[in-house]
Amino acid sequence: MKLLKTLLLCMVALNSVPSYASNGECETYLQSEIEAHQFNQDYQSTFEQQVCRLVDADYAEKEILINGIAKSEDENALFVINALLNADLFYNKKNGDVVTRKELENGKYQAISVFTQQELGEFKKRDLRKIGINNSLRRVINGVVAELQISSSNPADREAAALELLKAADNSALPILEKALTKESDEDIATILQTARALVLLQSDDAIARMESIQFLNGSLYVETRNGLNAFLNRAKQDAGLYGKAEILEAEKSLEAINQLVKINGVMENVYFGIALGAVLLLAAIGLAITFGVMGVINMAHGEMIMLGAYTTFVIQQLMPNSIGMSLVVSIPAAFLVSGLVGVLIERTVIRHLYGRPLETLLATFGISLVLQQAVRSIFGPLNQDVQTPDWMAGTFSVNAGLELTFNRLYIIIFSLLVLAALAVVLKKTLFGLQMRAVTMNRPMASSMGIKTGWVDALTFGLGSGIAGIAGVALSQLTNVGPNLGQQYIIDSFMVVVFGGVGNLWGTLVGAMSLGVANKIFEPMAGAVLAKIIVLVAIILFIQKRPRGLFALKGRSVED
Amino acid sequence: MDTMQQTTQSISKPKLGPLATLLVGDKGGQKLIFALIAIAIIFPFCNLVFPQDSFFHISTYTLTLTGKYLCYALLALAVDLIWGYCGILSLGHGAFFALGGYAMGMYLMRQIGDRGVYGNPELPDFMVFLNWSELPWYWYGFDQFWFSMIMVLMAPGILAFVFGWLAFRSRVTGVYLSIITQALTYALMLAFFRNDMGFGGNNGLTDFKDILGFDLQSSGTRNVLFIASASALIIGYLISRFITRSKLGRVLVSIRDAESRTRFLGYRVEHYKLFVFVVSAMLAGVAGALYVPQVGIINPGEFTPINSIEIIIWVAVGGRGSLFGAVIGAIAVNYAKTYFTGAFAELWLFMLGGLFVLTTLYLPKGIVGLWQQIKQGDGKAAQLANVITAKFSNAFSKGA
Repeated sequence: MKLLKTLLLCMVALNSVPSYASNGECETYLQSEIEAHQFNQDYQSTFEQQVCRLVDADYAEKEILINGIAKSEDENALFVINALLNADLFYNKKNGDVVTRKELENGKYQAISVFTQQELGEFKKRDLRKIGINNSLRRVINGVVAELQISSSNPADREAAALELLKAADNSALPILEKALTKESDEDIATILQTARALVLLQSDDAIARMESIQFLNGSLYVETRNGLNAFLNRAKQDAGLYGKAEILEAEKSLEAINQLVKINGVMENVYFGIALGAVLLLAAIGLAITFGVMGVINMAHGEMIMLGAYTTFVIQQLMPNSIGMSLVVSIPAAFLVSGLVGVLIERTVIRHLYGRPLETLLATFGISLVLQQAVRSIFGPLNQDVQTPDWMAGTFSVNAGLELTFNRLYIIIFSLLVLAALAVVLKKTLFGLQMRAVTMNRPMASSMGIKTGWVDALTFGLGSGIAGIAGVALSQLTNVGPNLGQQYIIDSFMVVVFGGVGNLWGTLVGAMSLGVANKIFEPMAGAVLAKIIVLVAIILFIQKRPRGLFALKGRSVED
Repeated sequence: MDTMQQTTQSISKPKLGPLATLLVGDKGGQKLIFALIAIAIIFPFCNLVFPQDSFFHISTYTLTLTGKYLCYALLALAVDLIWGYCGILSLGHGAFFALGGYAMGMYLMRQIGDRGVYGNPELPDFMVFLNWSELPWYWYGFDQFWFSMIMVLMAPGILAFVFGWLAFRSRVTGVYLSIITQALTYALMLAFFRNDMGFGGNNGLTDFKDILGFDLQSSGTRNVLFIASASALIIGYLISRFITRSKLGRVLVSIRDAESRTRFLGYRVEHYKLFVFVVSAMLAGVAGALYVPQVGIINPGEFTPINSIEIIIWVAVGGRGSLFGAVIGAIAVNYAKTYFTGAFAELWLFMLGGLFVLTTLYLPKGIVGLWQQIKQGDGKAAQLANVITAKFSNAFSKGA
């Protein structure tokens, strides 16, 4: 009813004397429009006037208005149209003001002017009416939005708009594309636009333009390109005389080239996943490379050291819940200390008595692993704990149009390499590393040179365990943190060390990476479980050939 | 084989039969065999003859539980044969146990016939559920008992032969061997978890109805299975004893103590190892086959590496390198497990873990070794033993 009244008011106003009595924005704008019309029949309505007229317009009129708003080049145009699209655009029933609204705590709504962004006061829900659209209008708006965005000053907006245009490339988009291409300075966005234009031209009647398009599309990795070329070939198949032979051949060639590239992309993605998995294995196995590789201790509790690291991350996150990113940084040294200290404790109390008896060590450390698991289960409960991931770990980066890779995997890869490098420095460049190597090579001689071999043993074991703890920090970002976390990695870690060769960090790196990549390469062919089985069987067979691993130590000390 | 028989004959005294000669000088073994025979007679007798409220009655539950322990004991015996006498620490013996169990399970599955939920006379329920149209080729023959029993021996035997042949030939020893045996059982676990394998996937094989036409739930069948388990353990013990006492057994011990030296003396070390490994795998398979009808289910959980490691602790607690020690260890640890998981579920893993650590640190020869030390009256050892038994009894009395 109110609507009708406003409408009537407007109609009356159109012919009557101007009145400035009301304080609504729109009433003012519409008033001035009426006045302008009186003097000039060809008067072009302003942005504000057109927006205000949306309130009373029917759908056909709205379409005209929307196009007009888009052409007005007003800075608020995109905002208004987007609001309209998202059903966020309202009008005040009393005075016809066009607003967006914000819900307040008292249940009322704050109306905000779309022109000035000023707050216009609180309203009840029923005082603000939505400006409705239908599906055909939605389509119009989508096109208009893309057109508006394509001329935005923000490159990210322009890229999104260009991709939108690529998706809906048809004849109507051609003028927009041509216009945008003349202005576009960013090369990547220009390529997207050119691809879209080529896809449009592919459907044209101009043979030369088609040929050029096909040639341009060769090597383009967008899904739409493949779809477009396939559709082109289908059309050619249905109607033999439609396209020339050369075109069809060229199109087939382009499509094949693209498929080839897609395949390469797939392999690259798998390799990336594989390297990421390898990085995880590397992190899990580096600590073992020290305790098992350097000291010869079979530490079955190694997985539990990883678990302790992950739980340390959890606890620290609970202590500083407001800064997740910072807590992760703090967790790294904390996890190193916790797992390292537990490691030293285990070495001093149990493993010390079992040197030279590897099988007994295996059993004793297995017992310790059971105790640690049950201890964690008793303290934290048997359920998985929720460890949060900081924002900067999320997201993806794109290598090319068809290949998007996740950041968290990249960070894990970098992190694992950093840990490996740090460990290599400790082993090769520090006094402790020197003493450690000396004790491993010849214990009595090292002892007679004044090295406290007992302490070196304890610290070495602590170092290996501490690094396992750091691995736990990384793993807490990838998998569930529960009492059984360590068990999932213990067999894999041993495989890596045994495969790479004992006592050799380089071997551990190569071992971890090749196992990770092999796993991920087999996965699409055989499925995840079968891939794992294949890799395990391959390792079992490999050990037959080279019982001491890929990079075996050579020399007298090897044979016992 | 010729040399082996010669040696046994030269050792045996003319008056005794070949079986009895095996137990000469093996007092623990004699007691164990007598105890087993006694149990095999008394338990079924008490179960069947005495009424339920009688003091002497042994419930079918207890009977089945004991039967389960006897299967574990046979498994421990198999592990002790290779670990205690040949130094092969297999962390994957649970795999052979499970394979034997699966062979038996497949037979029991086929025995169900059309009494399954879907009533298909040819296909087990899970295959109908997976929309399989016909029986996979590796299920052929398992409707015959004799074939299944051959497979109980052959499936673990062949796997052990192939694996052992590859491993021992290229001289994979010590911890490397332990780790790849662990990888073996891990890989098998993953494989059996897959539905596509045709072994029931996650759920395994279960809902068995009868064996050789006898109802599995009836106490009569249970008693027969119990007696069969006890007999299998006795026979397994005698076979192990025969092997360890023979010349071959001495070569095995020398391999355990100095493998390179034995090789330099001209023995084909890998052949000896392979032989005992395959025998051990077959014993484990028999144990699994007897275990499955008594517990009523076999699933891929039996392949988990932790199961295999637990077997090691039975042997270590009982006494590595002593056949009856392994049997005692298996029964003792499993009894404790049943008791503690029932009464104090939280404590059990602490206890098991502690047991691992304490046995390896203080009881390198297990309970049997401790007993011998006490008997020899070695002052220090006796003192240590007192401390440990005090600790254990403390823990037990606290538990009680």
